[in-house]
Amino acid sequence: MERGMGFNVTELEAMAKRCRRNIVKMVYNAGAGHPGGSLSAIDMLVGLYGHRLRVDTDSPKASDRDRFIMSKGHASPGVYAVLHERGFLTESDLDTFRKLGGSCQGHVDMKWCPGVDFSAGSLGMGLSFGIGCGLAATLDSSERTAWVMLGDGELQEGQIWEGVMAAVHHEIGNVKVIVDRNGIQNDDFCDHQMRMFDVSEKFSSFGWSVMEIDGHNMEEVVNAIDWADQVTDGPACIVMHTVKGKGVSFMENNPKFHGAAPSEEQFQLAMEELA
Amino acid sequence: MSAPSGGGASRDGYGAALLEMLDDDKVVVLEADLGKSTKSCLFRAEKPSHTVSLGIAEQNMMLVAAGMATSGYVPFASTFAIFSERGFEQVRNGIARPNIVVHLCGSHGGIHTGTDGSSAQSIEDLAIYRTLPNMTVIHPCDDISARELTLQLRNHDSPSYMRTARNKVPRAYSEDDIQKLQIGKGVVHREGDDVAILACGVMLNEAMNAHTELEQAGIHATVVDMHTIKPLDTKLIDDLTRKCGAFVTAEDHSVIGGLAGAVSEHVVANQPVPVEMIGVQDRFGESGGSDELLQIMGLKSSDIVDAVKRVIARK
Repeated sequence: MERGMGFNVTELEAMAKRCRRNIVKMVYNAGAGHPGGSLSAIDMLVGLYGHRLRVDTDSPKASDRDRFIMSKGHASPGVYAVLHERGFLTESDLDTFRKLGGSCQGHVDMKWCPGVDFSAGSLGMGLSFGIGCGLAATLDSSERTAWVMLGDGELQEGQIWEGVMAAVHHEIGNVKVIVDRNGIQNDDFCDHQMRMFDVSEKFSSFGWSVMEIDGHNMEEVVNAIDWADQVTDGPACIVMHTVKGKGVSFMENNPKFHGAAPSEEQFQLAMEELA
Repeated sequence: MSAPSGGGASRDGYGAALLEMLDDDKVVVLEADLGKSTKSCLFRAEKPSHTVSLGIAEQNMMLVAAGMATSGYVPFASTFAIFSERGFEQVRNGIARPNIVVHLCGSHGGIHTGTDGSSAQSIEDLAIYRTLPNMTVIHPCDDISARELTLQLRNHDSPSYMRTARNKVPRAYSEDDIQKLQIGKGVVHREGDDVAILACGVMLNEAMNAHTELEQAGIHATVVDMHTIKPLDTKLIDDLTRKCGAFVTAEDHSVIGGLAGAVSEHVVANQPVPVEMIGVQDRFGESGGSDELLQIMGLKSSDIVDAVKRVIARK
């Protein structure tokens, strides 16, 4: 299995731009979906699939593949866009987003979509699943790794902290968490809904190795992935500071675009901005 | 079938089955600080490398099990029946929905649990897990059947919930008749034409006692161990509908949604006949001895006898 796609930073940045266009297209075509959290996460998703993950498009369930667990499953357009780049999905597959019988379900679903390792949609569950994948890999003496992306609003779920404790207790060195710290959740800014204060401090106080980065700087993204790979004596967490809706001016840092499609006029504007 | 003997609690059978799977390195056991109670501690003592302690954190346990299952392992996760319910949505969305083969065991089910009181006595677990697509729901009556059915789960192709009981009742099975046990198939313990008593868990013992009392009154009852609530043995129920024409269900569980619900749903949709339901009547339990609680809840053999007489009168 190939590790990543052999892309350099410039190529990854170009891939991210293509993904951003597909994210907005998918949500516009479906008339629904979650563009904001997909656009905040996409640079890291591109970093993971383009630079790091060992997966096999010919054998999406290959037992020794790395796992990617999108716990904030509403960021599905971002996942589908990057799976398309990696070769799991065709362009016409992307057109099935939120459509009856389509592989691109509203929230990522392992039963419907090749390359998806976890059926999400209910927040708070992905880290626990990743821990299970990590424990199994250890029992198998496999070097495969589980990468889990969490939303920052998702950290309000109690189960997350059950998993945070368990990962340290079991000294799991093959589970890597990325927190998409975009500061916005469904209803409003996180600081209005339930303040989380210093996320990095919380993870490190439980015993995790933590690195903070700018989640839209591809060089920092790639370096953080490489850093997390080197942490093998326990769990590692990348807290990436991002902008919800990044790349589309009217979506940026706007709670309205957590889960809303652009109008036709807005769609045209977004395509111009992402040209 | 052979006469009941000394007996063991069904949770002991769960622990015994795990011990019989020690040589299978794909079997993993998950605990949430109740391994001494559910009896998974027996496996832990022999094979700590394949036992995962998750602490008092049931929601996490459900998804850790799911992650291991998708990596080729066969997880057996246990806690009290009632505390498994804290992770119900995790079971729903993280296990049943993607049809990931995780075997969940909830021990200390029902009011028979006794003196711990109502907070520990799940009377709704069978009902809620039964509503989930893909889930198999099992409630064995004694240690021998619990051991056999747990062993069968190792090669089962869908996720499952098994409820076990804390306390002993006389055994309904001996080592010689475990071949009669098969997931999804009721076991006929007594045959009669007047009524069919379908029981699960500790209530099979009460049903067997009721059979004896009914014989003395000249009433001939079929008694079935309906250890699998889902998938329900509908063929057996259809046969008994024709043969007996009336049912009494008996379970240490709410009369809402469990065995009574499963049987009634099938009967009314196919060949309606009278059904009487012995179970907890939409109330919570309380502290007390197992037998005291069976009495105040109306779950004794005498209650089954009365229900049989009522249902026969309705035929």
